[in-house]
Amino acid sequence: MNKTLNHRAWWMVLPVLILVAMNAVIPLMTVVNFSVQEEFYGEFSFIGMQWFADTLTNERFQNALIRQLAFTFTILLIEIPLGVFIALKMPRSGRWASVCLVLMALPLLIPWNVVGAMWNIYALPDIGFMGYMINAGAGFFGHDPANGPWFDYTQEPVAAWFTVILMDVWHWTSLVVLLAYAGLQSIDNAYYQAARIDGASRWSVFRYIQLPKMKHTLTIAVLLRFMDSFMIYTEPSVLTGGGPGNSTTFLSIDLVKIALGQQDLGNAAAMSIIYFLMILLVSWLFYTLTMQGEKK
Amino acid sequence: MNKRWIVPTLYIIFLMLPIYWLLNMSFKTTNEILGGFSLFPAEFTVESYVKIFTDPTWYSGYINSIIYVMINMVISVAVALPAAYAFSRYRFLGDKHLFFWLLTNRMAPPAVFALPFLQLYSTMGLLDTTLAVALAHCLFNIPLAVWILEGFMSGVPKEIDETAYIDGYSFPKFFVKIFMPLIASGIGVTAFFCFMFSWVEMLLAKTLTTVSAKPIAAVMTKTASTSGYELGLLAAAGVLTIIPGAIVIYFVRNYIAKGFAMGRV
Repeated sequence: MNKTLNHRAWWMVLPVLILVAMNAVIPLMTVVNFSVQEEFYGEFSFIGMQWFADTLTNERFQNALIRQLAFTFTILLIEIPLGVFIALKMPRSGRWASVCLVLMALPLLIPWNVVGAMWNIYALPDIGFMGYMINAGAGFFGHDPANGPWFDYTQEPVAAWFTVILMDVWHWTSLVVLLAYAGLQSIDNAYYQAARIDGASRWSVFRYIQLPKMKHTLTIAVLLRFMDSFMIYTEPSVLTGGGPGNSTTFLSIDLVKIALGQQDLGNAAAMSIIYFLMILLVSWLFYTLTMQGEKK
Repeated sequence: MNKRWIVPTLYIIFLMLPIYWLLNMSFKTTNEILGGFSLFPAEFTVESYVKIFTDPTWYSGYINSIIYVMINMVISVAVALPAAYAFSRYRFLGDKHLFFWLLTNRMAPPAVFALPFLQLYSTMGLLDTTLAVALAHCLFNIPLAVWILEGFMSGVPKEIDETAYIDGYSFPKFFVKIFMPLIASGIGVTAFFCFMFSWVEMLLAKTLTTVSAKPIAAVMTKTASTSGYELGLLAAAGVLTIIPGAIVIYFVRNYIAKGFAMGRV
């Protein structure tokens, strides 16, 4: 659409600008302030990039970052293909399509700490459905229950990771399904008819008709899932509290521990900024790369 | 012959199982829950629900959550409407930068903002009010609302605006009488997403409230940790937090997928 040049449009944007700036600029300035100063009994002094250097070389931060990256990539690798696969198998129209959509969207509207609490109960080894079933299976294959439960996410890092990842898949795959489905809906039936006449295989229908049409919404799906999983806090913090040990302490959990738990403002602020910049950089790169690809 | 339905069915079963388990727990007595594994409640009880609806610390949590979600939804949509119109119709100084900057706020981890928000809102004297939470959630909901609405508005041909001006409509009259009905489904989808993200966000909502404005989900975890292990009560409260979302989804079911596609959420 060709837009008219009109600088007075600023007045229409102003309320948004004021509200968002109040919420974004002032706190961000506070964070930047803390990140370059040291507090000593209420007196602040400028210390430059010291906190940043500390944070970047801190092993605790590096470990949290590695766990964060491992988590984000794992869930992206599971949720995106799975979401596309389910969207392809969804009914295209009619009553069942809308029943499916309503049921699938349900996990998206549950408060995040309820999701955590729900999985906390669901995966308990003795009284949770999932934990009980897995342990029953392990018992069947010869695990002796006297040695304690085989699957216990409160004790075993591997079980904790499995539970956290399964919870995220449960919680967010529907978003990918909805987006991919929206992309598929925009394909005209004539394409499928033409493909059938040409005798196209199922794979080539997917590769040359469905995938290109889904590309735009899938880009959004990957971007949203990257951002949100990189910021994940509430669900794992309710489910495992970052444990056992530190095995599921992701960046946000670590940050809240440092900022609100230990009141270590300088470190927390420096970490916040590094964290924010990482998300911004990856999102920007991904966004510009895919947009460039689309223009060609 | 056609086996397509197997995949969605299996997926929906996978989604429903944890919810069923929560429902199952909520109708059990505490003794039965801790007593062992069972697929159905042996002694069916609604005691947990009765407790939630009669104890003010519980039900006021609900009222608080609904109040701040509503305030946030109204503010976000109201200020995003003119802004989205400006972005979709006009070029102005710094428009693209402004748009991207708005979106970056959707990428800011709430954990980064928790502490500064606490200081900001206590300076403004708004701590522990529903208004504070509603305003704080504007951080990510306004950019989202602008983004979605701009998508819908760009789908409306510009000739409609021009014809209305020639017919003698003033801008406010045109906007309310002609333009808003045209993008009604877009406004609905936007309100839905504002509702969704404000309803599910807990870190900021919990940080900014202490007693009188506490959201339901925070009451839930707090009660669970202070009064021992009352799983039945916890489960019942969890079930009740799912209901508003389910109602909202039911009303917008036909728009969700369309909104995702058009609104570029």
